[in-house]
Amino acid sequence: MDKAQDAYDGRRWHDMGGEAAGPVPQDDHDFALWEKRVDALMVICSSHGLFTVDGLRRVLEDMAPEAFETMSYYERWIAAINQNLIEAGTYTTAELAKRMSEVAARGTTYGEASDA
Amino acid sequence: MPDRTYLRVRADMPPGHVRTPAYLRGKTGWIERELGEFPNPEERAYGHPGQNSPLLRVRFTMGELWGAGAENPDDTLDAEIYGHWLQAAEPPHAP
Amino acid sequence: MPHDHLSPSGHPYRKDDDHPLTYWQQMEIAVRELLVEKGVTTPADIAAEIDAMDSRSPANGAAVVARAWTDPTFRKALLKDASAATRAMGFDIGALHLIAVENTADIHNIIVCTLCSCYPRNLLGLPPDWYKSRAYRSRTVREPRKILAEFGVTLPQTTTIRVHDSTADMRYVVIPARPAGTDDWSEQQLANLVTRDSMIGTGLPKTPGA
Repeated sequence: MDKAQDAYDGRRWHDMGGEAAGPVPQDDHDFALWEKRVDALMVICSSHGLFTVDGLRRVLEDMAPEAFETMSYYERWIAAINQNLIEAGTYTTAELAKRMSEVAARGTTYGEASDA
Repeated sequence: MPDRTYLRVRADMPPGHVRTPAYLRGKTGWIERELGEFPNPEERAYGHPGQNSPLLRVRFTMGELWGAGAENPDDTLDAEIYGHWLQAAEPPHAP
Repeated sequence: MPHDHLSPSGHPYRKDDDHPLTYWQQMEIAVRELLVEKGVTTPADIAAEIDAMDSRSPANGAAVVARAWTDPTFRKALLKDASAATRAMGFDIGALHLIAVENTADIHNIIVCTLCSCYPRNLLGLPPDWYKSRAYRSRTVREPRKILAEFGVTLPQTTTIRVHDSTADMRYVVIPARPAGTDDWSEQQLANLVTRDSMIGTGLPKTPGA
């Protein structure tokens, strides 16, 4: 998969059709509540016209290739939703920054931090 | 075999958001069905409404896509391709 | 919110209250609260969306397949316009543009999305993890027969495999071939044979007695 810089042909990491890869992993996992909430926010914000699925995909694809391996599916999605909402002017980076710090201060688990 | 309309996928490699996979670029297939017009995602991804573009389902043989490496050259691959990515083409030579 | 919803696999949600809070979970909570404060949505709307998500499962698709197996008029309508036909059956598939592709004695269809992980979620629910994996997305368009073998499906070379890459606005569901020995079966009995994977194309329906 590593391509020398001078051999770069414009193909990006997400465009993986036809590449060699290992066996298909057969394990599955149950969705966590926070993952379902990310999905719900995506559907709701799209239906309100705050962004398009194309805008979300653009952000996902612009992530570094490592994101696919180091972040989970819904981690990538919340990052893409957030960037689109900031671009849409729904809230500012400063508002997000302040709120994330407040959230972090509420507790050390998702349950403690999300049910305030 | 019914008359087929063959099209070649443009081999362009622009940066940014496109919905034409790299493995199909430069490949020739035929129209499986026409799907009507849809707003161009290449514009919508950047906050524009997107001009309508015809969307077609194009069918390729695995022989066309992968040559001698195909598992079975007569198996097929269908994909939806926007009209601005397609050019008129002659039928490809049999692999 | 109580954790009493069931996931698509039928198990309770994986517990997430007792794991250390991650950066991305902080972001989800913050984004959700800001959206509520800005009047974009409400906690009730979010809960309703999760309930709608949980109500969609492969059972919906199985009902569609069983109807297609038993009602020739419906089958014809489904192959012509799957969105209209499934809506007419009462499924809320939203703005989804659905195409049904039919397996026959000579043709086997399999669905993939190489560019992301497009899936007929409004009909079948959320996709399994493997559908979103690098391996499935990369290899299915090049070596579908090897992929099928990994899922325990081996087809003769005389069967044509049609791979469908969901590259744009359409979503796909496979109508598997009706198993032999089910001539006098009811629609409900038949629906019980239809698996999720058989509607993605990585599996076959269950057979009578299996």
